[in-house]
Amino acid sequence: MRDFDYIRPATIPDAIAAAAEPGSAYLAGGTNLLDLMKGGITSPERIVDISRLPELNRIERLDDGGLRIGALVRNADLAYDPAFAKSYPAVAEALLSGASAQLRNAATVGGNLLQRTRCSYFYDTASACNRRQPGTGCDALEGENRLHAVLGWSDACIATHPSDFCVPLVALDAVVEIEGKKGRRHVSLEEFHRLPGETPQRENALEPGDLIVAVRLPAEAASFSANARYLKVRERTSYAFAVVSAAAALVVDGGKIRAARLALGGVAAKPWRARSAEAVLLGADASEATFASAADAALADASPSGDNAFKIELARRIVIRALISALSGTPERLPALPASPFSNIPGARHDA
Amino acid sequence: MTSLPITLTINGHRHQLEVDPRVTLLDLLRERLDLTGTKKGCDRGQCGACTVLVDGKRINSCLALAVSHDGAQVLTIEGVANGEELHPVQAAFIAHDGFQCGFCTPGQIMSTLGLIAEGQAGDDPERIREGLSGNICRCAAYGGIVEAVLEAQQQLVKADRRTAA
Repeated sequence: MRDFDYIRPATIPDAIAAAAEPGSAYLAGGTNLLDLMKGGITSPERIVDISRLPELNRIERLDDGGLRIGALVRNADLAYDPAFAKSYPAVAEALLSGASAQLRNAATVGGNLLQRTRCSYFYDTASACNRRQPGTGCDALEGENRLHAVLGWSDACIATHPSDFCVPLVALDAVVEIEGKKGRRHVSLEEFHRLPGETPQRENALEPGDLIVAVRLPAEAASFSANARYLKVRERTSYAFAVVSAAAALVVDGGKIRAARLALGGVAAKPWRARSAEAVLLGADASEATFASAADAALADASPSGDNAFKIELARRIVIRALISALSGTPERLPALPASPFSNIPGARHDA
Repeated sequence: MTSLPITLTINGHRHQLEVDPRVTLLDLLRERLDLTGTKKGCDRGQCGACTVLVDGKRINSCLALAVSHDGAQVLTIEGVANGEELHPVQAAFIAHDGFQCGFCTPGQIMSTLGLIAEGQAGDDPERIREGLSGNICRCAAYGGIVEAVLEAQQQLVKADRRTAA
């Protein structure tokens, strides 16, 4: 690992000033950053350790009914907060379907948003990668790419965003609270992450020095608590990134869908909000036929970026299955295998 | 790079140390303090062999900079037994053949201590398997590990009741 200066600022303004210098990186849980530094994928000259900044590790209920989650709240602490899990069950389920217990004890809310793709060419410094080193090309295009993007990709980059947490968050209109040199601002999570286009190295809306201080959920996000699920297909039962995942949340009244939220994970360089599918669902009968139409709408613009056409059909089926699961109701207690298609829930289908 | 002063309490002993900021908690334990019970498997947070408790919570010590944990309480496998008397989790791993080669075992035991303290798995074998999925055992002693965790947990609950009474 390359030598670096280590700074532990006492205040948020000090942190921002230190991190605005070129070559700086914030350190919080470190679960992704240290891995990247050991592999030489990232080599910061200066580490700004924000892990002890005060006031960023709180979960606060807001007067308007919303929720403000401090950027340093650990993934496990958030998922196991009883009030949080009750109001936002799909978010808790997504958190607990990601990584391992050890990593969830260290990884933070802000860090989860900023984690880098797990594209193996991004991780291999001997490979061409426009995201890691702009202008070098993309070895994934002609490489091992069965797990790569099927939505929103470009010839410059076909990587996916690996987060589970962000998928239900983007479905529930989460907002990222950012503090920077010019003060505090709010960016919707949907607009926070960028699609690659010609500049895959620009992954999000942050400017140098910008610090994520919190993630907010609006009051309406809790209205889906009775019918919200996250479903994630992995290549092994546990402790693996999504091949495809979906967060589905419904408000159903008299057999009609009164409100609907849908987002996909593992399919694009950002958590993918499926607004055209939501439009199909809104006001329609809560039926499998409606869900199939919504799934068609969600994947209408999908195209394989390589040897991954199967992900389009898989995503279609996972959308339908997630909507069926949401309709049948949030379980009293999270299943033993959160978000797993193989969870032992009576009556649940095991064919995707 | 200049070294930075930190204080860590490891297995109840206070250590004042000067560390290069690049040093992970894992390397500090093994290379500086000769606490080699904590194992370096993948060194990338994928195998769980380096699991220790920091301030009571299980983490991968390979993905933790020592300098960032200044002031922390660390528990490693060397601090689990009470003198010659094994901790109930250690005894249960032996009783149930919860290992073969033993390389992953310190991490499995530290992870089990974290799992039991978290109190989320109860006596459901599937929840225990899921809760320990961050600890890989290449000998695949998983059957014995789950039996060991179930028994250790029962014993600790009984011991708690005795203490409470």
